[in-house]
Amino acid sequence: MTTGTLTQRPVGTPAIPGVVTLIIRYIGLMIVDAFALWLIFSLINDGIWELAVAIAAITLLVNVINLRPQLKPLRWMSPAFALLALGVIYPIVYTVYVAFTNYGDGHLLTKVQAVQLLERRTYVPETGVRYSWEAFLNEAGEYALWLTDRDGNAFFVIGQGELQPVSGEIPETYQGFRRATRAERTRLLTVAASQQFGPEDNRLSVTRDFVAVLAPRYRYDPSTDTITDLQTGTVFVGNDTIGFFIDKAAYEAALAANPDARPNDFIMRIEGFPAGVGYRTVIGFANFDRFFNSPALRGPLISIFLWTVVFAFSSVATTFALGLLVALLMQGKFVGRRFFRTMLIVPYAIPALISVVTWRGMFQPQFGVFSQIIPGLPNVFADGTLTRIAILIVNLWLGYPYFMLICSGALAAIPADLYEAAQVDGANQFQAFRFITMPLLLVSIGPLLISSFTFNFNNYTLIAAFNDGNPVIADSPIPAGQTDILISYTYRVAFSGQGGADFGFASAISIVIFVIVGTVTIMQMGLTRRWEEVSRNV
Amino acid sequence: MSSVSRTTTTALGVQRDGGMTFKQRRQLRNLVRYAILTVLIVFALFPVLWIVSASFNPLQSMASQSLIPNVSDPALLFKNYTDLLGNPDRYPFFRWLLNSTLVASVTAIGIVMITAPAAYAFSRFNFKGRRNLLLFMLLVQVFPNLLAMVSIFLMLQQLGVYIPFIGFNTPGGLILVYIGGAMGTNIWLMKGFFDSIPRELDEAALVDGATILQTYIRIILPAARPILIVIGVLSFVGIFNEFVLARVLLRDKESWTLMVGLYVNFVSSNFANQWGLFAAGAVIGMLPTLIVYLVLQDQIASGTTAGAVKG
Repeated sequence: MTTGTLTQRPVGTPAIPGVVTLIIRYIGLMIVDAFALWLIFSLINDGIWELAVAIAAITLLVNVINLRPQLKPLRWMSPAFALLALGVIYPIVYTVYVAFTNYGDGHLLTKVQAVQLLERRTYVPETGVRYSWEAFLNEAGEYALWLTDRDGNAFFVIGQGELQPVSGEIPETYQGFRRATRAERTRLLTVAASQQFGPEDNRLSVTRDFVAVLAPRYRYDPSTDTITDLQTGTVFVGNDTIGFFIDKAAYEAALAANPDARPNDFIMRIEGFPAGVGYRTVIGFANFDRFFNSPALRGPLISIFLWTVVFAFSSVATTFALGLLVALLMQGKFVGRRFFRTMLIVPYAIPALISVVTWRGMFQPQFGVFSQIIPGLPNVFADGTLTRIAILIVNLWLGYPYFMLICSGALAAIPADLYEAAQVDGANQFQAFRFITMPLLLVSIGPLLISSFTFNFNNYTLIAAFNDGNPVIADSPIPAGQTDILISYTYRVAFSGQGGADFGFASAISIVIFVIVGTVTIMQMGLTRRWEEVSRNV
Repeated sequence: MSSVSRTTTTALGVQRDGGMTFKQRRQLRNLVRYAILTVLIVFALFPVLWIVSASFNPLQSMASQSLIPNVSDPALLFKNYTDLLGNPDRYPFFRWLLNSTLVASVTAIGIVMITAPAAYAFSRFNFKGRRNLLLFMLLVQVFPNLLAMVSIFLMLQQLGVYIPFIGFNTPGGLILVYIGGAMGTNIWLMKGFFDSIPRELDEAALVDGATILQTYIRIILPAARPILIVIGVLSFVGIFNEFVLARVLLRDKESWTLMVGLYVNFVSSNFANQWGLFAAGAVIGMLPTLIVYLVLQDQIASGTTAGAVKG
């Protein structure tokens, strides 16, 4: 048995789990599996295979853990694993995937969804069934139609219901509907675009002179990856490099005449989609290429990157310095020690967003408290350097209590006899601090300095709530601010709405952050040392 | 301990012969200490006093604010609060408060319920791959999930089509992401505490014929109650105050949490004129955290230092 000490049962107790436990477990698994299967098939049906694979993998994992007796200890963790996989691991993996796609505005749909969208489009065929029509109206303002085809067969249809065969003259009232006046009949036409009649497989289009049965306009052929426009006969072929359907014949003709012809000039456009029905597709390293090589983006990106590093580094340095100073001052016994500590912790005990916005208010240029106290204080928010300094002050306020707590604990853990020995050797106070306190302190809280660095590297709340990353960097192709850090820039690219959402590019930036954060953590923290420490604890 | 050895335990307290007597030096040091600490307290508390004062300024705009609220009519003292709470259509403040409380409570309970058994298994069972799994949990936490906010946003949009209650713009989706994101750290934290519960306790129960599940429920959980409560409360506070993911994942005014609501409603536009309203909301919003931190400050201090000293 690989399971541990606790599973070696004392003599006389049953080694087989109770029948009830078994039944509960199997029924539970069956419910989970049925639900997961339904979800997986629905996802595949819409072409969202990434998530389908992830859900399938998680489900498989949960099943294996719960069915194999060897993995019994892991049963205690299966919900934790499932959530960790869905909430952390899959998003990381998916970020990598999205970074290599054109996912974003104009390419939000999967190819399957794009085809579905096209297949729902209809048109009025030249041939086919046509009806003459009369409008009916009920109290609620709903319309119904009385239809008569060329052979004299009549039907009554209410909204998107089925066509009911009827006979005889057109009555004045029928099934709670009354015959519409001329004006009402005309009004129906003006809203006809949104008013569809008949069931889904037999949609009717209302025009002034007749009602016609609509036919699907596009047909997709998966074997050739082509869409045929049944109204015009044009054939479009999917181009997975750019994520659009393009006019096959026109593009091939252009290519024959000019080998440099671009597929982008032959995109299939339909009503409501003037830029074409784009779908998302893998585009290789294009997003990374843009990040590292685009001349227009280079200036803003370098400035943002440098500020991110400077900001994170300065934040750690200043908060650590002040926190250590306070911790040193709080050493020993003195009157009011607890009072001072409680008061000095207060910044740590207030939600960061509220604190940052409060500081934003205090720096407000016209009425803020600082501009009232300090005459001639320039508008901090209009100047990049001043905003940066203000951000560091705010972060000092936010962050020193953490290091105060940490350093207090770490100082208390330094053995007193070291100082006594130093004193015997004739060291002064400064020397004792420099050669005993600091080295020991840095050893014990070094990892926390690094984690504070990575935290600040991604301190979106501070940057966004203080000044939204502004003031803006002039003529940046993607809107960017002088106090933006990489994560807030990522947010702009993905969600700000200016210039359109570009999830692919935003994910590429996330990957760059991943790499930086990961490298910093692994290198400076001295992962090997941490490993050893961890393995001792395990 | 003698007084000499006590002073030498402080880093600054190494004694040297100077011109002053021991008592004079101590007085001087105390004077410097109190002077610096007083300055720091002003720095620490001023913004808090300022925002509290703003919340009682009846004129709402920043221009009219002074540190001591200038109120002739005491009935106007709470005008910001009544305006904020009395206009549910313009500022659905109670709704935000409710959303925050709901999301934070469910997340906190979920974290404790899901991490405790996992931590128990890591602490008590010795199985193949246990060490690697633990290391993996640690490694994963190097990447906080707000870094993956884009893909989390996309994932919830996709999931929401099929399972509406955990989709984008729902508290369910947010809770899912929060619980998943906190898993690694909390398992480590809790495992450390379970390790400190003597194994004799559960072994005795097993000898008495209890099953592992019974041991866990009747012995381990009661013994671990203090840490379960601390982890639950701290998770609650952390989630209550979380801003980034909530802003990314909640779109409608009605579904915002308090932090998102305060930010988007009062900061994004017309900031200076709605200052009083924001201040009132801020004072209410900071209360839960403030209370928890001031009540639990000793536990928090020892919790952070435990990590520090071990690292």
